[in-house]
Amino acid sequence: MAAFLDMGGYAATVWPSYGVTAVILIGLLVFSLRQLAKRREQLDALEAERERSRNP
Amino acid sequence: MPSLLHSLASPARFQRISAHVFPWAAVLATGLIGCGLVWALVFVPPDYQQGDTVRVMYVHVPAAWMSMFCYAVMAVLSVSFLIWKHALADLAARASAPIGAAFTTVALITGSLWGKPTWGTYWEWDARLTSVLVLFFLYLGHMALSNAFDDRERGGRAAAILAVVGAINLPIIKFSVEWWNTLHQPASVLRMDGPTIHSSMLWPLLVMAAGFTAFYVVLLLIRIRSELMARRIEVLQRHRAAEGA
Repeated sequence: MAAFLDMGGYAATVWPSYGVTAVILIGLLVFSLRQLAKRREQLDALEAERERSRNP
Repeated sequence: MPSLLHSLASPARFQRISAHVFPWAAVLATGLIGCGLVWALVFVPPDYQQGDTVRVMYVHVPAAWMSMFCYAVMAVLSVSFLIWKHALADLAARASAPIGAAFTTVALITGSLWGKPTWGTYWEWDARLTSVLVLFFLYLGHMALSNAFDDRERGGRAAAILAVVGAINLPIIKFSVEWWNTLHQPASVLRMDGPTIHSSMLWPLLVMAAGFTAFYVVLLLIRIRSELMARRIEVLQRHRAAEGA
């Protein structure tokens, strides 16, 4: 296990590369999903308001 | 291609197709990237010259491929928006830019991390590195321009023109390693005379690249759906403002 983590002496190159990739790609996924959820909420509220104003 | 774009141009049809494609893309992305990670980190042998730093390639190269693929898609969408005025093409291009910027950032940072032990420097202004940095700025420019106008369509048009003009950078990136004497090594997979990389390293690279492509589809579908909602929100808010007035 220690040998695996050591990456032949290049741990400081290999692990940060995979870490940065994960943070950026998963970060964009989470950001996009949150933005989608927020917009869905906003849209639902606007449509409900529109419905109410049409059928008071 | 135009007929495919025409058939996808209706938001309702897009939603239908997207609902079918999304779960498959999500499963493929998870499975392929999961397999690719284990393969690349555990089973691939260290390179005889680069040692274990070669493992950086399994995230760097797919990210670099995706950074260019994403731009090519964005350029085609922009042409379609400029010529046929497909609103969905504009939304898809807007949805693409941050994805492309993310893949380009990954390629730049991982390349830089790998460069330090291999080349002795994090950065060199050689043609490949510089043209990829330009690609990153093109994505940022697209994101800034598309939101720079109160009129959404004007912003979309300006960004689309930038995307089309900027497409000239794609062949420059691809052939930079042949046209100029770069520190970056020449292609070893996408070559006219076939890959020069050993199959024990090629296959995990291809699996990872397929996983990144599926992940790109997942991100793109989520972000287009989100852009469709943003447009609908804008329309409703305008109606509300008009009714209020």
